[in-house]
Amino acid sequence: MAHTEPRFHVPAPHVRPGDTPDFSHIHIPPAGEARRPDTSVAGMETQDLALGLVRVLDHNHQAVGEWDPKLDAGVLREGLRHMVLTRVYDDRMLKLQRQGKMSFYMKSTGEEAVAVAGAMAMSNDDMVFPSYRQQGILFARGRDIVDMMCHCISNSRDNLKGRQLPVHYTWAEGKFFSISGNLATQLPQAVGYAMACEYRGDGEIAATWIGDGSTAEGDFHGALVLASTYRAPVIVNVVNNQWAISTFQGIAAGEAPTFAYKGMGYGLASLRIDGNDFLAVYAATQWAAKRARDGHGATVIEHFTYRADAHSTSDDPSGYRPKGENAIWPLGDPIERLKQHLIGLGEWDEERHAALEKELNELVIASYKEAESHGTLHDGPLSPVESIFEDVYAEPDWRLRRQRQDLGV
Amino acid sequence: MAKMNMIQALNSALDNMMERDPDVISFGEDAGYFGGVFRVTANLQTKYGLDRSFDAPINEAAIMGMAIGMAAKGLKPVAEIQFSDYIFPGLDQIVSEMSRIRYRTAGAFTTPVVVRTPCGGGIRGGQTHSMSPEAFFTQVPGVQVVMPSNPYDAKGLLIAAIESPDPVIFFEPKRLYNGPFEGHSGGALASWGNHPKGEVPEGHYSLPIGKAEVVREGSAVTIVAYGTLVLVAQAAAEKAGIDAEVIDLKTLVPYDIETIARSVNKTGRCIVAQEAPRTSGFAAELAAQIQEECFFALEAPIQRVTGWDTPYPHAHEWSYFPGPDRFINAMNTVLEA
Repeated sequence: MAHTEPRFHVPAPHVRPGDTPDFSHIHIPPAGEARRPDTSVAGMETQDLALGLVRVLDHNHQAVGEWDPKLDAGVLREGLRHMVLTRVYDDRMLKLQRQGKMSFYMKSTGEEAVAVAGAMAMSNDDMVFPSYRQQGILFARGRDIVDMMCHCISNSRDNLKGRQLPVHYTWAEGKFFSISGNLATQLPQAVGYAMACEYRGDGEIAATWIGDGSTAEGDFHGALVLASTYRAPVIVNVVNNQWAISTFQGIAAGEAPTFAYKGMGYGLASLRIDGNDFLAVYAATQWAAKRARDGHGATVIEHFTYRADAHSTSDDPSGYRPKGENAIWPLGDPIERLKQHLIGLGEWDEERHAALEKELNELVIASYKEAESHGTLHDGPLSPVESIFEDVYAEPDWRLRRQRQDLGV
Repeated sequence: MAKMNMIQALNSALDNMMERDPDVISFGEDAGYFGGVFRVTANLQTKYGLDRSFDAPINEAAIMGMAIGMAAKGLKPVAEIQFSDYIFPGLDQIVSEMSRIRYRTAGAFTTPVVVRTPCGGGIRGGQTHSMSPEAFFTQVPGVQVVMPSNPYDAKGLLIAAIESPDPVIFFEPKRLYNGPFEGHSGGALASWGNHPKGEVPEGHYSLPIGKAEVVREGSAVTIVAYGTLVLVAQAAAEKAGIDAEVIDLKTLVPYDIETIARSVNKTGRCIVAQEAPRTSGFAAELAAQIQEECFFALEAPIQRVTGWDTPYPHAHEWSYFPGPDRFINAMNTVLEA
């Protein structure tokens, strides 16, 4: 028998396909309002910051308040460049996936500041344990675009020898850990790595990123226990982009007021920040990095943002959320906001921006041309077939040697 | 040389390796101050400090994830899972991460973690202190799987596991911690003190991973076993007066097919044994491979001596545990065929 009254509570988003996009239920505090405590503050004394929203750029795109990191215009322009490159790259890779040039792709549209500003506020010696939507870190750290593309099309130059799905990058030289398809696994790993940094006493720290949906995984809890217990020098970034594929963030958040607030239960310093505000992300990461490096332990940062595009090339968001939501997201677009800030400072203009977009577009197109010259997934050349038996172990044992013979290679 | 039980031998292996290599770190639930619920990590914290031997929160996934992260930085973590029955919360980290990171990064990152975990039954441990979950791991490409059957091997193999560039799941049959066990319930407890494999060098030595040992020469039938059942099989052959050759596998992955095939080609008959339930157990892999290697030498179907396809029971432990009588029945079956 069908029943109409639900017997338990299942949270639902405010609007669904066909409805008018609406974020009026989201409270956005004004920029500059949040206090910036000393980085040695006790974790439990950050409750107001876990419930609030650290914002630097106001509605006039001016930097205000204690969290303004007061960055040089040169640094801001560099950040803008990495963000624009991330978006241009994503757009091009989507097109290439649609043309059948690669099997799969995931964009980070709208979340470029989270990755780029986070990476720029850390040292390049610090290890990052990203999820699959922080490709901006690679651009901020100077990863060769051709190499990134070669990975995505699994060709003969793919540094992962065609073993991983596209966007599951690894870049050891850039201290960019291997991306796993298994969600949240990188969190306790990042804590262990950070503990090893502490053990070695080399002054390095680690950072990790997880989506709002993946905070429901047990590894999120385990990592926060470890980080708290061992006071590990680690930054745990929760990228709350409102959506886990089709599932709105309320399914993972439950009754918790914010994702940052979850850090309070572990006694960890916790900040909720405007994830579309380059300056806020930079300032919060810089704060957390100093806190970690000075031995005061871990910080949980919730980046409040919006997944502006589909979850992946295998997803169609019109099946679960209204069209046009991204256009009315109250925190706007991270690239546009930093661009307007720079223009306001007299350090940028529309012509230079258009020229930058053109330059990066051409760079990406030329890079793909070069990447393709090393082969494509469909037409090859790929990594040698026998390489499928390598790197399972340091040395292949008799089983792998025999199986390679069975395959005739 | 000193007389050691398996606990002392394992402790000696950790002590040796922590002394030699500052990157070796030991941790787990109760594994720090207290020295482990089975005392395998006793005194390590006193000797090497809190940074090298410490207690972990009760979260097997976090323990494994922490170990993987440490290994990625170049440390050599030896993580303890208190009972192999409790390794399952850590399975995602072991299967999806630890085992594959070398492969999926084309060698850019490696995870030379050792996971130590007490396993096996025969101790009235009931469902969650008796399991032999090795086949869950022999199925995973990228990990080595080791199970010693005596103190001498336990130390040599644990040192080899710590020195291995690959991740190792190191199963410790807890029934053998304090003494050898021949599979008879009741009776006096034996001691490793009078056993030749209870003589253990105090210094550093290692045994090769991937190498089996013929522990009882024979010509009538080959018994391939590992862990506690090695001793049970030997005792059963003695009791029945059957000229059985017993192989102690020691390493399950990669298993020593050469030693097995040499023996089976000689005897023409084979029994494979495990404490774990029968279906899809590691013995099934051994039987399949032996059948491939030795088909024309086999004079009888390969027999399996295993636990039943049930959870491990408490009260009826001795009807579950593959004791000497089951080995004798199996030997008679293959000899009569």
